[in-house]
Amino acid sequence: MSSPLPLRAEVVRQLRRRRTQVSFGLVIALPLLLVGAFALGSQDGSPNAAPTFVDLAQTGGANLAVFALFASVSFLLVVLVALFTGDPVPSEASWSTLRYLLAAPVPRGRLLRSKLIVGAGTSLLALVLLPVWSVLVGGVAYGWAPYASPTGDRLTWGVFALRLVVVVGAVASNLLFVAALAFVIGVYTDAPLAAVGGAVMVTIVSAILDTITALGDLRVALPTHYQFAWADALAPTLQWGQITRGALWSLVYAVVLLALAWRHFERKDVLS
Amino acid sequence: MLLLLAMVVVASAAPAVAATADVTEQSSRLPVGAEADGATVDLDVSVFTARGATGRRPAVVLAHGFGGSKADSAGWARGLARAGYVAVTYTARGFGASGGLIHLDAPAYEVADAAKVVDLLAARPDVLLDATGDPRVGVAGGSYGGALALLLAGTDPRVDAAVPAITWNDLGQALFPQSAVTPAPGVFKQRWASLFFASGAGSTPGVCGRFAPDVCAAYTAAATSGRPNSAILALLKASSPQSRLADVRAPTLLVQGEQDSLFGLDQADANARGIAATGTPLAVRWVEGGHDATGADAASLGGLQDEALTWFGRYLRRDGSPSDTTFRYAVPPASTLGAQPAEQRVAPAYPGLGPRAAFSRRPMALQGAGQTLVSPPGGSPAAVTGLPGTGGVLAAAGGTGALRALGVLRGQSAVYTSAALQRPVTVVGSSTVRLQVTSTTTDATLFVGLWDVAASGAVLPQQLVAPVRLEGLTAGRPVEVEVALPWVVRTVAQGHRLQVVVSSTDQAYAVPRDARGYTVALVGATVAVPTVSSVLDTSGTTLAPVGLVVALGLLLLALVGWVLWRRRGRRRVHRDDSLAAVPLVVSGLVKTYRDGQRAVDDVSWRAEPGQVVGLLGPNGAGKTTTLRMVVGLIRPDAGSVHVLGWPVTPGAAVLGDVGVFIEGPGFLPHLTGRQNLAAYWAATGRPAGEAHLDEALAIAGLGGAVDRRTRAYSQGMRQRLGIAQAMLGLPPLLLLDEPTNGLDPPQILAMRQVLRDYAATGRTVVVSSHLLGEVEQTCSHVVVMHQGRVVTTGSVESLTGGAAGQGLEEVFMQLVGSA
Repeated sequence: MSSPLPLRAEVVRQLRRRRTQVSFGLVIALPLLLVGAFALGSQDGSPNAAPTFVDLAQTGGANLAVFALFASVSFLLVVLVALFTGDPVPSEASWSTLRYLLAAPVPRGRLLRSKLIVGAGTSLLALVLLPVWSVLVGGVAYGWAPYASPTGDRLTWGVFALRLVVVVGAVASNLLFVAALAFVIGVYTDAPLAAVGGAVMVTIVSAILDTITALGDLRVALPTHYQFAWADALAPTLQWGQITRGALWSLVYAVVLLALAWRHFERKDVLS
Repeated sequence: MLLLLAMVVVASAAPAVAATADVTEQSSRLPVGAEADGATVDLDVSVFTARGATGRRPAVVLAHGFGGSKADSAGWARGLARAGYVAVTYTARGFGASGGLIHLDAPAYEVADAAKVVDLLAARPDVLLDATGDPRVGVAGGSYGGALALLLAGTDPRVDAAVPAITWNDLGQALFPQSAVTPAPGVFKQRWASLFFASGAGSTPGVCGRFAPDVCAAYTAAATSGRPNSAILALLKASSPQSRLADVRAPTLLVQGEQDSLFGLDQADANARGIAATGTPLAVRWVEGGHDATGADAASLGGLQDEALTWFGRYLRRDGSPSDTTFRYAVPPASTLGAQPAEQRVAPAYPGLGPRAAFSRRPMALQGAGQTLVSPPGGSPAAVTGLPGTGGVLAAAGGTGALRALGVLRGQSAVYTSAALQRPVTVVGSSTVRLQVTSTTTDATLFVGLWDVAASGAVLPQQLVAPVRLEGLTAGRPVEVEVALPWVVRTVAQGHRLQVVVSSTDQAYAVPRDARGYTVALVGATVAVPTVSSVLDTSGTTLAPVGLVVALGLLLLALVGWVLWRRRGRRRVHRDDSLAAVPLVVSGLVKTYRDGQRAVDDVSWRAEPGQVVGLLGPNGAGKTTTLRMVVGLIRPDAGSVHVLGWPVTPGAAVLGDVGVFIEGPGFLPHLTGRQNLAAYWAATGRPAGEAHLDEALAIAGLGGAVDRRTRAYSQGMRQRLGIAQAMLGLPPLLLLDEPTNGLDPPQILAMRQVLRDYAATGRTVVVSSHLLGEVEQTCSHVVVMHQGRVVTTGSVESLTGGAAGQGLEEVFMQLVGSA
């Protein structure tokens, strides 16, 4: 007898959901939307004018991918990750299927584990899909020029590919906080909206606090403080400092939040 | 207290006392030397002491910047007072509430005033003395106050430690910078000088404001002509620490900002060499900030106050901390994405002090022929490389391309470019080039910058150019000259090019008003680029990853401990062999909800094989709560549940032998009925062959609807599918909570038969219901519950007294009534 709620079973439960399909549709549509929007915008400015971030995005697939990440990392990806990890547990509760799963029986820790792994895996899939698909879309639309930074640095395709892996890793490690927060709220409240909305709200508030320079060194502890640290992976020489700090802070938060989720769910009376 | 302070300041008599919590501020007037016209001068002084501090302590004098007052360093002074010093701030003559005129840190005035402040300290009973009249005292300040600190340290041997920041070495060189190796005075730094002058004048009528007449006259003459006269050169020389450095004996921490077009790193370099020449202990810091910086960088100056505290601890309190002769500098981040801090690097000593050569320079080849440039009549248009004193406004306003367009004007500049770098280079200090210059007249004014050129844009590091002024030329005859490029810290990335740009104009400087032409050529076709061998400085970083890693490690350790402890605490599950043949035994269950409601109170009953047990009771009797405890959804406060002898805990494996339909059906709305049952069975993790899916679907009797999504189902359809789900795998024990809800009479009839047939195979069915007739007609046995308690149990027959007896309804009413 294999273990209850195998990952395959959980994948089936989540994959055919409309919200999953819409979310991935959004990820797939984003680079196309960007290309369309750039095409609509007029091309003006003297050749001497500064190459803005938007101009750079149109230099090739690599730059479009970086732009797409830059545009989505502070909100779109936060929402998607909160949705994929925050919603599975409370949505089972709201469908009244949670009690049947637990009585099936799926041990409670096991249920959380499967839900978290599949939710995080889905998030990671979206996170990988976005830049890779953007590279392809951008390549077809603008050609295959190597990545060029706003400061004019270039990375060859081979280096860029490796750096993109680091970028995805850095973004993923930062979003780990969002995932854990959404998950724990979902476990506590049984309300999908509270889980997703709560996690997104906390992220936004944290980003706002991060703009208050008067907070000084306290800001490094804000979960969003390092949300753009992944850009360091695109510098001419890769700088790990910020990425590592961001990942460590995120990991600390995630461990605490997930431990809370487990502790609560293991002893909770399931009334839904 | 504030009112008192205000009154006393107005009266300017006895010292005023103000305090915030732990630090006391004592405000007073200090008479100092009179002005040249005999007018008496007294200074506005504050002394900060920690409340309750006893004994004699070292003192620190804090001097403010140009245009400031003693209030600027009050926060710093409080910090020093808390750290065990007597801290003094005062407003320099010519500013704020102090009397007198501005003499630009002249030895006879401002420096002499500072010595009077040291006298004041020597007379205080709480200040530590090295000798009579010689207090243990340090002096610190930035810019105008920094030069004062150096000048005081160079004239008053009583000073024991100095921390001058972002200040000058030679005010003549700072205001008339000359970057070529030639004796002629340089190019007037007009924009900065005007800003300086404006902040000292203005408050009083007339042109000169509070400037001393000689300073004012010399300045206005120079500013009008754009050339220095001997009067101002003499005056600026007197106000420069340069000639006093040989007398500085106080260990000095020299802090200079990298964003500073007023007092550049070259000034700090000259100070460092002057101080170190006599063997005085010295440490140098190049920090983010400076006169061009704004915001946090400008305010903190690389943590100046913390650094100063350490320095004073070492040389005033003599706390035994080891000597520090390091050279630390900040490398600004190259990437423009996100907010990245500068990289802090440290070298064991400032380069070039002692026997070793100065900054090691390595030659890099440049390409570019001789080029002619025009200095336009009227000096306009002029290149714009930076806007002094406005911080990064210019850099923020335009991208790198706009700055390039403003800073390198066509026809007014000569450009020499290197090949793309094979490896990144961090430029630390001043690069040098040799230029051959030919002018159409007898002098030449040029501005030389070192650009970092990438494929998509170019950056002028720290927005600095080096002005060159050549005099005594012969028209048409070339001269060769060595030029020191601006002092910068910049990492030039791999693939970038270095570019030397020579311009005939710059907006920030006074340029010739007559039209002229120059021809510029590069001698040797190289630029010598300075580098420093250093290591990453991790000492000052806050919340280092080490701490984070340790925190994370401890967290994970605690987590593992918690999990192991829980594992240990979980008792091995023992089967109760005496109950092994009984499908369900409920004994002594108690559940009180958090709101205090006792839902189930000491409930015990059992269900034997082949029985259809009815759990009967009105709404709220505790039936559903009991069933939830039976399947481990709710933890009982007391009592136990055994299924086939196994104790039931949440997620217990024995629950696989229990089919459950509880409090209505629950399905994934986006799956069909068939997919739902398959998904449910998949979740149990048991082989698909054991599910008996077709038998279950036959019981549900949904027909073609089984392949439609469940969100479209009616209540009856959902109900039947839910019961079918409970029967998946044909479990020995079936628990059904109100199974006939929403079913129509024929379906109810069919359901009764299904349940009876199910029990007839030796399995057990438990049906909870609030409908008496339902239980009477379906069940063989009944458990009657009321208000959380079991009222009675037994076979339906025994309760109703056989066929001739009363109905279950009457029995129930009697029981409930008597309960």
